[in-house]
Amino acid sequence: MNTPSLEVSGLAYAYPDGHQALFGVDLTIGRGERVALLGPNGAGKTTLVLHLNGILTAGAGTVTVAGLPVGRKHMAEIRRKVGIVFQDPDDQLFMPTVREDVAFGPAAAGLRGAELDAVVERALEKVGMTGYADRPPHHLSFGQRRRVAVATVLAGEPEILVLDEPSSNLDPASRRELADVLRSLDVTVLMVTHDLPYALELCPRSLVLSEGVIAADGPTREILGDEELMNRHRLELPFGFVPGSVA
Amino acid sequence: MGAGHAHQLYRRGDSPVHGLPPHTKLVAVLGFVLVVVATPREAVWAFALYAALLGAVAARARVPAGFLLRRLAIEIPFVAFAVLMPFVVPGEQTSVLGVSLSVPGLWGAWNILAKGTLGVAASVLLAATTELRALILGLQRLGLPSPIVQIASFMIRYGDVITDEMRRMSVARRSRGFEARGVRHWGVLAKSAGALFIRSYERGERVHLAMVSRGYTGTMPLLDERPTTRAQWAAALALPLAALPICILGRTL
Ligand SMILES: Nc1ncnc2c1ncn2[C@@H]1O[C@H](COP(=O)(O)OP(=O)(O)OP(=O)(O)O)[C@@H](O)[C@H]1O
Ligand SMILES: [Mg+2]
Repeated sequence: MNTPSLEVSGLAYAYPDGHQALFGVDLTIGRGERVALLGPNGAGKTTLVLHLNGILTAGAGTVTVAGLPVGRKHMAEIRRKVGIVFQDPDDQLFMPTVREDVAFGPAAAGLRGAELDAVVERALEKVGMTGYADRPPHHLSFGQRRRVAVATVLAGEPEILVLDEPSSNLDPASRRELADVLRSLDVTVLMVTHDLPYALELCPRSLVLSEGVIAADGPTREILGDEELMNRHRLELPFGFVPGSVA
Repeated sequence: MGAGHAHQLYRRGDSPVHGLPPHTKLVAVLGFVLVVVATPREAVWAFALYAALLGAVAARARVPAGFLLRRLAIEIPFVAFAVLMPFVVPGEQTSVLGVSLSVPGLWGAWNILAKGTLGVAASVLLAATTELRALILGLQRLGLPSPIVQIASFMIRYGDVITDEMRRMSVARRSRGFEARGVRHWGVLAKSAGALFIRSYERGERVHLAMVSRGYTGTMPLLDERPTTRAQWAAALALPLAALPICILGRTL
């Protein structure tokens, strides 16, 4: 395998108030992989995500994106390579129109004119929102906003797409539409989720983060099928869902 | 430019006036207002000509007279003040229909009324043909400091989000049997306002995080950098340039 998209080793972090959230996280994600990051509330998933593009700075350990160490020196490059889709699209979409929002990242990177328009158009096309470029984000449905949020990040042509709970608050149809979008993308994906069937559907591989360390790493089906492991980390399948029975 | 929030003053259209770059229109309106203000009040005919000029612009912009007149209503509080002037300003008196009025007061009222109405009408025309979002971009191109532009942009984007939040909080309050009636309940309302402030503040932090994640370094990229053509400037500045000779004539006559 060539350079992995993401390499995290020995990552530890304590919040300024002294609360230690991560206790030495190690993980590697190869190029083109789709990986789910599972774990109970408060496990440190969001904290980990915020390290991937240098928003939080590791207390110990390193994060490497496509061979580039995350740190002050390459911050602009890192922020372009790591596309984070936050949980609440209203936080992510901060410009008055969809077009301006999708253009924000590439424009900040210096793109202008026809080139910029093309990038915006392509990103909106990937998430099936071409017709909405001139709409204000507030007038879109929640599912549409989530898809536009994905487009804003895709416009930067990231090395790795990181999604924090992408299926939360979506109705079943929007949830499936987003799955179709994610499946059609040709990028490395790290998906933080509590939606275990969604993880199984989209990600061949899963990581379990529990109490600030990676507690398991393996094929999603095997992890969801390991009852003892699941119980130990407060992971529960929805009623009636049997991972083995899904094709 | 993209559709921002449709504000109440805006009237969708594709007239030549709508199509002008917003910053040229801003300069044109500012120029027009300055010319109007510089015109001596005694040159009554000049104001009639100014009104005719605005009428011509409205016609080109296909903004109906009724629309324009209704939106002129924001002027009424100032008009009320002007109406008082003939009664209260001291000076030479004249009698109209048996009522004694002050001559300087009448001129003062006319001055406020004529110049105010023309200024408001020009602004209403600008707002009717330019989206709020475009106006802000226009101000940015005219050199309005970036922080102010950003604050104004966020107000457009998050105005509705915060209003929604406020409404949800009010629904939650009322669902638990609280109706704001009278002074005794102000404490609860004040606490809600505090909570709203904290929520908005925290949202601000999350938005900032999202911005930084996408390469924000303190300035907004200016997306629309199409150069303004000479013809566009000429079209926009036609209004103040037509008004200028009228003003000069009014001052010399
Ligand atoms: N700003 C902060 N200051 C102090 N402690 C924090 C802060 N943010 C999170 N924590 C703590 O760090 C731990 C990990 O939080 P994190 O948000 O990473 O969890 P999570 O896995 O994303 O949980 P969830 O599934 O609920 O989103 C939690 O115990 C949390 O209370
Ligand atoms: Mg979280």
